[in-house]
Amino acid sequence: MIWQLDLIILTLVLICGMAAISIKDLLGAAVLFGAFSFMMCLLFAIMGAVDVAFTEASVGAGVSTVFFVAAVFRTSRSSRD
Amino acid sequence: MKYIGLIAVLLFGAVILTTSLEFPAVGDPNSPASRHVSDDYIEHALEETAVPNLVTAVLADYRSYDTMFESAVVLAAGLACFFLLRRFRRKPPPYRLYRHIDTGVILIIEKGGKEPTNSDEFERIDANWVPYDVIIEKAAGLVVPFLQLFALYVIFHGHHSPGGGFQGGVIFGATLILLALSTDLRSTLRQMPEKSSAIMASTGLFIYSGTGVLCLLLGANFLDYGILSRLLAVDPVMARSHGILMVEIGVGVAVSAVMIWIYYNLVSAGRHDEGL
Amino acid sequence: MKGLSMPDWAEFIIANYNYWGVAVLMMIGLYAIIAKNNLVKKIIGMNIFQVAIILFYITIATKLEATIPIIRHGHGHGAHAAGIQAAGYMNPLPQVLMLTAIVVSVATLGVALALAVSIYQRYDTLEEDEILEQLKAEELRQV
Repeated sequence: MIWQLDLIILTLVLICGMAAISIKDLLGAAVLFGAFSFMMCLLFAIMGAVDVAFTEASVGAGVSTVFFVAAVFRTSRSSRD
Repeated sequence: MKYIGLIAVLLFGAVILTTSLEFPAVGDPNSPASRHVSDDYIEHALEETAVPNLVTAVLADYRSYDTMFESAVVLAAGLACFFLLRRFRRKPPPYRLYRHIDTGVILIIEKGGKEPTNSDEFERIDANWVPYDVIIEKAAGLVVPFLQLFALYVIFHGHHSPGGGFQGGVIFGATLILLALSTDLRSTLRQMPEKSSAIMASTGLFIYSGTGVLCLLLGANFLDYGILSRLLAVDPVMARSHGILMVEIGVGVAVSAVMIWIYYNLVSAGRHDEGL
Repeated sequence: MKGLSMPDWAEFIIANYNYWGVAVLMMIGLYAIIAKNNLVKKIIGMNIFQVAIILFYITIATKLEATIPIIRHGHGHGAHAAGIQAAGYMNPLPQVLMLTAIVVSVATLGVALALAVSIYQRYDTLEEDEILEQLKAEELRQV
C-alpha cells in the first residue's frame, strides 16, 4: 500500500466527485460519474481488495454509466443548477 | 436551502473528522476488525473448503445466507423497474417510418396505410435514427462472443482468481447491452426476449435456494454443502467446493438476466419500441 | 520510504488521511442530495455517498505488509494449510460485506432512475421546485 500513490488517486477521486455534481450538462455528469467509479476501482485495487475492485469496475464504470446515459436520453439533458 | 445544506454538511463533517482521531490506525493487524473471526477464516478456509480465494469461500460458504438474499434484492429491483415503467401497447403507434436502402428515401406510413413487407429493400427505422455505421456494428458483433466466453471464465475460475458469480454475471449482462447498443433494440429483443430474461432471473435464484433445499433433504442444515458428498461421490471438502460453484452459477445467471431486463425497461421507458 | 525520519505532523497525516478522504467524500454526496435541485444530480450524490462508505470499510480491512486474500500455492500438490499466517493476508470479511453493498447499490440505482423517468413522463420536468409547484396547483384545483 504505497501511500504516495494512494494520496494522488484520492485527490483525483475528490476532484471527479466535485465536478460530477457541479456540471450543468447531465450527459457530462454521467461520464464524469463513470470516471469517478473507475478511480475508486483503482483505489480499491491499491488497498488490496481485488474482488471489490473487479466488481466496482464492471458495475460502476460499466453498467451504472449506461443506466445513467439511458435515463438522460429519456428525460432532458440540461439542468438548471 | 443551499445554506441550510452547507451548514448541516459542515457540521457533520466536523463531527466525523474529530471522531476519526479515535479510530484504530490504518493497517494495524491487531485492530478490532481483524481479530475475532477473520483469523479463523484465513487459517481454516483452505483445508475445509479447498478454495484458495478467501473472499469467494467466505461469500458463498460461510456467509451464503446473506448472498442468497442479496440475489433476491437484485431480482426485486428488476421486478420494480418492470412494474414502474412497462406499458403494454393497446393501440398501434400513429405512424411508422420506413427507409429505402438503396436511395435513402424515408417513407412515413400513417395508421391504416399499407406497409412495405419486402424486407430486402425497406428497413424500419426509429425516430432518432443515425446513418448505418458498419464499423461499430461489425466490430461489436465480432467481439461479443469472446466477451461472453470471458464472462463464463470469470464465473468458473472464481475459486482461484479474483472473480466469482457477480462479476461474471455483470459482464455477461454488459455484453447483451453492447449488442443492444450497436444494433437496434428490436433485433436484440428478438434474440433475448423480455420473458426469457425474467424467467432466467427467477431460475438463477431458484438454483441457489434449490441447492440449499437439497442439502436440507439429505439431512444436514440449510446450505451446508458437506452433505452433498453423498450425491457427488467425493469427500466432504471437495463437495463444499462444488457446492460453492453451483451457487455461483445461480447468482451469475440471475444477475445477468436482471441487468438486461432493467436496461430494456429503462432505455425505452417501458414501451420496448426504440432505444439508444 | 522507511528509514527516513519524518516529523510528527507528517506521520499524523499519513496515518489518518484515508479517514479524512472518506469524510470529505461523504460530505460531497450528502450536499448533493440536500441542496441540488435536479433529481438526477441527487441520484448521483446518493451513489457517491454509498461508494464513500464502501471505501471506509475497505480501509478498515487493510493490513500493512500483507498481501491480497488469495492463498499462495493454493491448488495442486502441496495444498496443505501448513504455514498460513493470519497476519500475512488481508482481512476478507469486510470485503465480502462490501461486495454485497456494491450490488445492492446498483439495484437501487436502477430503481431510482426508473422513478425519475416515470416522474418526467408525468410532470414533464426534473427540477424539484417546478414539480412542487405543479403539485400545489393540482391540490388547489381539487379543493
